[in-house]
Amino acid sequence: MRKIRILIAKPGLDGHDRGAKFIARALQENGYEVIYTGIRQTPKQIALAAVQEDVDFVGLSLLSGAHNELFPKVVEELHNVGADDIIVFGGGVIPNSDIEFLKSKGIRAIFGPGTSIKTIVDFIENESKSRNSKIG
Amino acid sequence: MSENGYKNWQEKTLIPYIKKNPTRKERFKTSSYLDVKDLYTDCDVKDYEQNLSYPGQYPFTRGPYPTMYRGQFWTMRQYAGFGTAKESNERYKYLLKQGQTGLSVAFDLPTQIGYDSDSPMSEGEVGKVGVAIDTIDDMETLFKDIPLDKVSTSMTINATAFILLAMYIVVGKKQGVDKKLLRGTIQNDILKEYIARGTYIYPPKPSMRIITDIFEYCSKEVPKWNTISISGYHIREAGSTAVQEVAFTLANGIEYVKSAIEKGLNVDDFAGRLSFFFNAHNDILEEVAKFRAARRMWAKIMKERFHAKNERSQMLRFHTQTGGSTLTAQQPENNIIRVTLQALAAVLGGTQSLHTNSMDEALALPTEKSVRIALRTQQIIAYESGVANVVDPLGGSYYIESLTDTIEEKAWEYINKIDELGGMVAAIEQGFVQKEIQDSAYQYQMDIENKERIIVGVNSFQIEEEPPKDLLKVDPSLRFEQIKNLQRIKSQRDNEKVLKSLNLLKEAARSDQNIMPVVIECVENYATLQEIADTLRQEFGEYKESVII
Repeated sequence: MRKIRILIAKPGLDGHDRGAKFIARALQENGYEVIYTGIRQTPKQIALAAVQEDVDFVGLSLLSGAHNELFPKVVEELHNVGADDIIVFGGGVIPNSDIEFLKSKGIRAIFGPGTSIKTIVDFIENESKSRNSKIG
Repeated sequence: MSENGYKNWQEKTLIPYIKKNPTRKERFKTSSYLDVKDLYTDCDVKDYEQNLSYPGQYPFTRGPYPTMYRGQFWTMRQYAGFGTAKESNERYKYLLKQGQTGLSVAFDLPTQIGYDSDSPMSEGEVGKVGVAIDTIDDMETLFKDIPLDKVSTSMTINATAFILLAMYIVVGKKQGVDKKLLRGTIQNDILKEYIARGTYIYPPKPSMRIITDIFEYCSKEVPKWNTISISGYHIREAGSTAVQEVAFTLANGIEYVKSAIEKGLNVDDFAGRLSFFFNAHNDILEEVAKFRAARRMWAKIMKERFHAKNERSQMLRFHTQTGGSTLTAQQPENNIIRVTLQALAAVLGGTQSLHTNSMDEALALPTEKSVRIALRTQQIIAYESGVANVVDPLGGSYYIESLTDTIEEKAWEYINKIDELGGMVAAIEQGFVQKEIQDSAYQYQMDIENKERIIVGVNSFQIEEEPPKDLLKVDPSLRFEQIKNLQRIKSQRDNEKVLKSLNLLKEAARSDQNIMPVVIECVENYATLQEIADTLRQEFGEYKESVII
């Protein structure tokens, strides 16, 4: 079976990449194919990378407070390149009160500070299963 | 005590006791994975007198000044800034009224990376992590009614430090304050941006040239200004150990001094204006030892390696911020206790100024109330705890002295390794430093995942809790206000003058002429931050990070 592919990306100008790099490496060690974009990516660059790398998931990390503007932009750009099937999730310094808004814009899940890797792995497995059953 | 005394105690008392009452763990370690013995005695402390010396005397292990906090307390300096210059100006005046003794300006990311508020690159980021500054007009608003000869101002600004410093000088001029009287600090530490913080613009070589231009300019024109704050803070935030924090920060310091000397500056003309910036984490005793080790090492580096004669050139003076990455989103009130421990470590370690984080910062920018509690924490340590009555209160503790020695020894190993790689710029370009930090960060996080490291409220002692309310929110529409103001300035200024001064900057960049006087001219003519930054982008190009996971 094809390995699940995940793009970890940092939109905007925020340089805090400790979380993104940790998640990338931890997901890699859990058996996924992980690509990390590096910092300072525009939503468009992220969408193009996602398509080019043929990923199943895009994980966004942002600690600067620009998530309400930039996360939905990534979903929009994915739509523009016909990649609506890619599942987007996010994390960083994100107040609970913003989560509902982000979900309404197509971000499937938000993982706040202190989330364990297991929680994220469970999310990826469940989403993949339900997607495969839809396709199947 | 003697070696025999210790062995005797182990055999006669300790081992039989442990047989009946086992210890919690077999091996104990500091927060940064240094081994901790059960007990320290004078056998663990070598060359005690010579290494320790006295406060205000080489190698300054016990502090840079003879009286330390008996003379005056550390500067209580809360890093603040958000939204527009007007809002931030109000926050500064509030903090000064609450007894804060110095300002510390946070800029938004576009300002830090050289983009104006109307740039497409700035989308979503304007005013978010700090104040947005596009032209000298914003800077004037930021310091309205704050006399620049009365306060000292620290600015967290790196790639665009030369522009913000120029703006500060021009605001002073407009207030009638001579630049010789301006006091403050620019962070101006680009090397750690490549390593850990990410707000670089230009490649290392031209960046180092801008920095040494600032050293040279300030040594003559702005003599009370701290021209750089060589920062371990962000290296630690990126996940380094305490040893790595010391080693990489001092290695960066070495690189700056080397560059300035290569430029032809005399070491004692600029070294006294170098300052440092460290993190404070929860392992109090390790942190105290870290600060003391850093002071001793820098003194040795300056005296032995760079032959600095002036004592001030050998003194490591530093600002501390409590560890942002140690704050938890869970049970945020617990962060008040963490910050107290960390602030205490900084004071016991002899910091010159201190920022205490607010309890809500794992989730958002702090509210006025949480900032006040953070400032009060410092005031309670200063006025009520008694620790400020004596110099280097932990000096002479067997454990502290031994740990200070250990951190120093391990940090030298790193510095030697970096020298072998060809210095810090080479070590960064090869990804060595980033990889070392990432490995530490990964281990730290995995230990939390596996509960080998307990974080109260996160992986133990959890409760069901309501999401916190009353978080500060930055109004996203302020970008439009900022853009409107920028357009007004652009329509009112003399564009011919702007162009002329930007051209002069281009010429200065191409020659070996110091860029600062012409940057000041650009600023005075209302050139925008991005116009200035872009002029040098065209000349110097942009840095591309090497992505390593």
